[in-house]
Amino acid sequence: MRPVFSIHGGVHPPENKAQSTAEPIAVIPLAKHFILPLNQHIGAAAQAIVTLGQKVLKGEVLAEAQGLVSAPVHAPTSGEIIAIEERPVPHPSGLSALSIVLQADGKDQWTELSPIEDYHAHAPQHLLEIVRNAGIAGMGGAGFPTAVKLNPRSDQHVSTLILNGTECEPYITADDVLMRERAEEIVAGAELLAYLLKQPKDILIGVEDNKPQAIEALQKAAQNSSVEIVSFPTKYPSGGEKQLIEILTGKQVPSGAIPATIGIVVQNVGTVLAAWRAVRYGEPLLSRITTIVGDSLAKQRNIDVPLGTPIEHILKEHGWQQERCARIVIGGPMMGFAIDHADVPVIKTTNCVLVPSTEEMPAQPPAQACIRCGMCAEACPASLLPQQLLWYSQSENHEQLRSHNLFDCIECGACSYVCPSNIPLVQYYRASKGEIRKQDQEKEKSDRSRLRFESRKTRIEKAEAEKEAKRLARKKAAEEAKKIQAEKAKLKQSDSGESNIVSAAIAAASEKAVDPEKEKAKLERAFSSAESRVSRAKEQLQKAQDEGADDSRIESLKARLKQAEQKLNEAQNKLAEFANRAPATSERVLQKLAASPQEKVEKAIASVEKRLASAEEKLAEARENNSPTLAALEQGVAKLKEKLEQNRSELAQVKAESGTSTPSQTATQTEDLTLNAAQQAIEKAKAKAAAQANLSAEEKQAQQLESLLSRLEKAKQRLQKAEAENNENVDAFRMGVDKLQAKLDQAQAAQKENSEVGS
Amino acid sequence: MAFISRSSPHAYTAGTTGTVMLTVLLATLPGIVVLTFYFGLGTIFNLLTALLFCLGFEALALQARKKPITFYLKDCSAAVTAVLLALALPPYSPWWLMATGCFFAIVVAKQLYGGLGFNPFNPAMVGYIVLLISFPLEMSQWAAPASINDNQSLPSLLESLRQVFAVQAFDGYTAATPLDILKQNTSLELSELYASTPAFSQGRWAGAAWEWVNLSFLLGGVFLLYKKVFTWHAPVAMLTTLALCATIFYDGGSSSSTGSPLFHLFSGATMLGAFFIVTDPVSSAVSNRGRLIYGALIGILVFVIRVWGNYPDAIAFAVLLMNFAAPFIDYYTKPTTYGHGANK
Ligand code: SF4
Ligand code: SF4
Repeated sequence: MRPVFSIHGGVHPPENKAQSTAEPIAVIPLAKHFILPLNQHIGAAAQAIVTLGQKVLKGEVLAEAQGLVSAPVHAPTSGEIIAIEERPVPHPSGLSALSIVLQADGKDQWTELSPIEDYHAHAPQHLLEIVRNAGIAGMGGAGFPTAVKLNPRSDQHVSTLILNGTECEPYITADDVLMRERAEEIVAGAELLAYLLKQPKDILIGVEDNKPQAIEALQKAAQNSSVEIVSFPTKYPSGGEKQLIEILTGKQVPSGAIPATIGIVVQNVGTVLAAWRAVRYGEPLLSRITTIVGDSLAKQRNIDVPLGTPIEHILKEHGWQQERCARIVIGGPMMGFAIDHADVPVIKTTNCVLVPSTEEMPAQPPAQACIRCGMCAEACPASLLPQQLLWYSQSENHEQLRSHNLFDCIECGACSYVCPSNIPLVQYYRASKGEIRKQDQEKEKSDRSRLRFESRKTRIEKAEAEKEAKRLARKKAAEEAKKIQAEKAKLKQSDSGESNIVSAAIAAASEKAVDPEKEKAKLERAFSSAESRVSRAKEQLQKAQDEGADDSRIESLKARLKQAEQKLNEAQNKLAEFANRAPATSERVLQKLAASPQEKVEKAIASVEKRLASAEEKLAEARENNSPTLAALEQGVAKLKEKLEQNRSELAQVKAESGTSTPSQTATQTEDLTLNAAQQAIEKAKAKAAAQANLSAEEKQAQQLESLLSRLEKAKQRLQKAEAENNENVDAFRMGVDKLQAKLDQAQAAQKENSEVGS
Repeated sequence: MAFISRSSPHAYTAGTTGTVMLTVLLATLPGIVVLTFYFGLGTIFNLLTALLFCLGFEALALQARKKPITFYLKDCSAAVTAVLLALALPPYSPWWLMATGCFFAIVVAKQLYGGLGFNPFNPAMVGYIVLLISFPLEMSQWAAPASINDNQSLPSLLESLRQVFAVQAFDGYTAATPLDILKQNTSLELSELYASTPAFSQGRWAGAAWEWVNLSFLLGGVFLLYKKVFTWHAPVAMLTTLALCATIFYDGGSSSSTGSPLFHLFSGATMLGAFFIVTDPVSSAVSNRGRLIYGALIGILVFVIRVWGNYPDAIAFAVLLMNFAAPFIDYYTKPTTYGHGANK
């Protein structure tokens, strides 16, 4: 004999099992309507795949499982779908849930089934699929989809398979009669499950010793198998999954874990039978054994009842005297729940319908104060301190409830049962659990939204930093472009002198210095063109406003006008500045040209070094503050370093070159050096400008226009895409498009101007 | 058709808090009989006055707190407090003494804390201690047991009434209890003391009358254990440590001996305390392990106070001190919840 272990606590309520075991399992006439809730199990509700008015056969799938933890629903008999709607379901909340209503045609006609003679010929995965598709969910009361439980994670090797035939709840005898009458099938099912679980070492069927007939039948059936029947003293709640595991193995399932973590799988005997029939005969789960018991009935027994049968119909068949009935309890007196109306159906988990008379189950006297007698703690199978839990539930001290392991309470009701003060302890615990869960959910939600907010903030910051970086880069590019242009201008001017480039350059430079009139004229021209642009923009804006163009157009026109005005301002300033600066400029140019190449490069190095130092300083600062411009600064520093490197190598080159000539030469022939320097500058500029050197102003303008056009096109596309995606950068894109548009307009205006000038 | 949609469980035991309390009261009966046998009607008078005042104060307090009076009186907890106080006070206690004790027990120690279940201290013991400190003289007036009384008789009914209602105090009937005698003894060997003092010489193993009183309370306690009104942990732990301490300090019976283990187990209020006061669920530790510690510490404290303290008996002090400690004991003795401990 296998040793059994004892569990803490437990109670011995009157068993009340004799009433319903006198008769064998019976069948009652089919009901007219069957109500099949889509969620009869733990997990996601199934999804209906039938339509109103559809004729279905017995065993046909009505609703498909949604996801892994779910179970399909089948037609318990043949008939017609007459409704898919919310119906009251057997649930403690008394709520309604989406259900399929089937009107029976009375023929009870089967759909085609595919039985399997020898399951050993099939892979466990295939058989599991069959169990899953049969819609089997824990029939002991919990309703957890069976296939999920039979498919433990690959790192969890199952060493013990336990069949739960304990049925410790008073009144319920569904499993008892099942084991008496269908022991062979249960044993066969046990072997099937063992096959699915890759042959666990122990296959046990645990039965309380108050079911001698069931034990005998099972033992007989299991004679030639590896299945072992273990009986143990009757005590409530031995049939709790965790309790049964402790009784049979001495092990405790760690809090918050599932039995598979310690290599154990527990299945109710009824579930095992259903799995067996699903594999062997191809039968989906269509009916179950339910105990119909209570003194308000004329007949008390167990029936094999199709799922979806309204309880009303069952009670009527058993001579129910409603006026004598104290309450309708689904499940047993310890853990069952009362329902208000008998119009709910039998579902996969309905193991008992208890309709006691008022004498049988009188109302409980009102609760008194807890006297801390500790009887509840004595009775608690989870070794909790129910009186402390009560105390903290009343004061809503969730901290303490958690630290007193409220969530390890299995709601067995043993504590309430023994409490001399008649305190509905379990009710308090349920309420507290609900509250804590709700709070947790809310906290999680707020955590999540906080996270979302934060990530959004960083995203925006990042976008801004990128924008800033781009802006800096653009600025730099613009500066460089300006420089190039300046050099180009120089080059052009020097180019115009054909014979002596150097003298031409000097001449150009000095010309610039000597002839400020020309410069002035140029600036004046720019000024007047800016003026005309402003007035044109004004006109356009006026026109748009008169025409009642849409706001965005007016806005963009306004922006353009502003830009034009700014340009005008600039031109004005430049013009004003020119008067003061002109002579100085020419002198500086001369000085620059006079400097030796070595000096020049050295100077460049010095300046770059200085710039680099300050840039690095800024970078360090930015790093410290985690400033958004960090990336841009880093880029800048890298570029400066590059430049420095370049300058240095240039210097080395220059030095080497000057080394070949005599130093005195270098020192004395200032003019030559000037020439050299100028030559070099010119050469460089020439090379850079080579591509554009031959282009006429108009051509260049055309080119610019074209590139602007294409850029605008691209920007517009991007904007469209962003709008479609509802991207948060839409505004930035729109601004970019506007800017490009403005530039294009400008360029077009300039071209027009040029052509006007040309003609 | 609307049924009671009560949540599970739908079954419950027939017992109520009231029946638990009544069982406790029933268990004090042997003690009451023996006390009356040895000390006369004083015990009965004590019981009557205590019940009167306790129930009266309870009703008044409930009314003041706007609670349904009969519903709460039916839990019988006030009656239990009354009986315990009556048994702890010297028989023939004057009515005002009893009234004061009941007031502190019921109104201050219980109702002001929120009523039954919320009192951190045992009400009867609070009442007892207040009286012991305020009226030490009255509190040490224990009647002499009939068997060692010089006139060989107990006070008559009339004399008793006079005493209780304080028309005339009598002293002829009082005598030192064995605990007092042993405490005051400094010169005699225990054997000599036993031989020379009637309080001991007429007793069999612990002292005249008291051994039987204690035995009767032990009987009541065993009955309650059998009825599963409480668990064995606290009383057994207390008696064990008390006996253990007594054994350690017995020293064979010299003049400075603290008394034999049997003497300590069957003297004073040992058994009354162990089974009716230490087991008070409200003010004790909640878990079994906690109750073991709680009881054991009370046993040690009782011995310490009896031997080295200023008061002859020590149950009340020991219990109150441990009432203070109960929450801490609870904190450190939470039972290991299923699935939280190491696997067996
Ligand atoms: S059984 Fe009831 S009265 Fe006793 S301690 Fe538990 S909750 Fe309190
Ligand atoms: S309902 Fe919870 S607290 Fe009460 S006995 Fe059961 S497991 Fe323990």
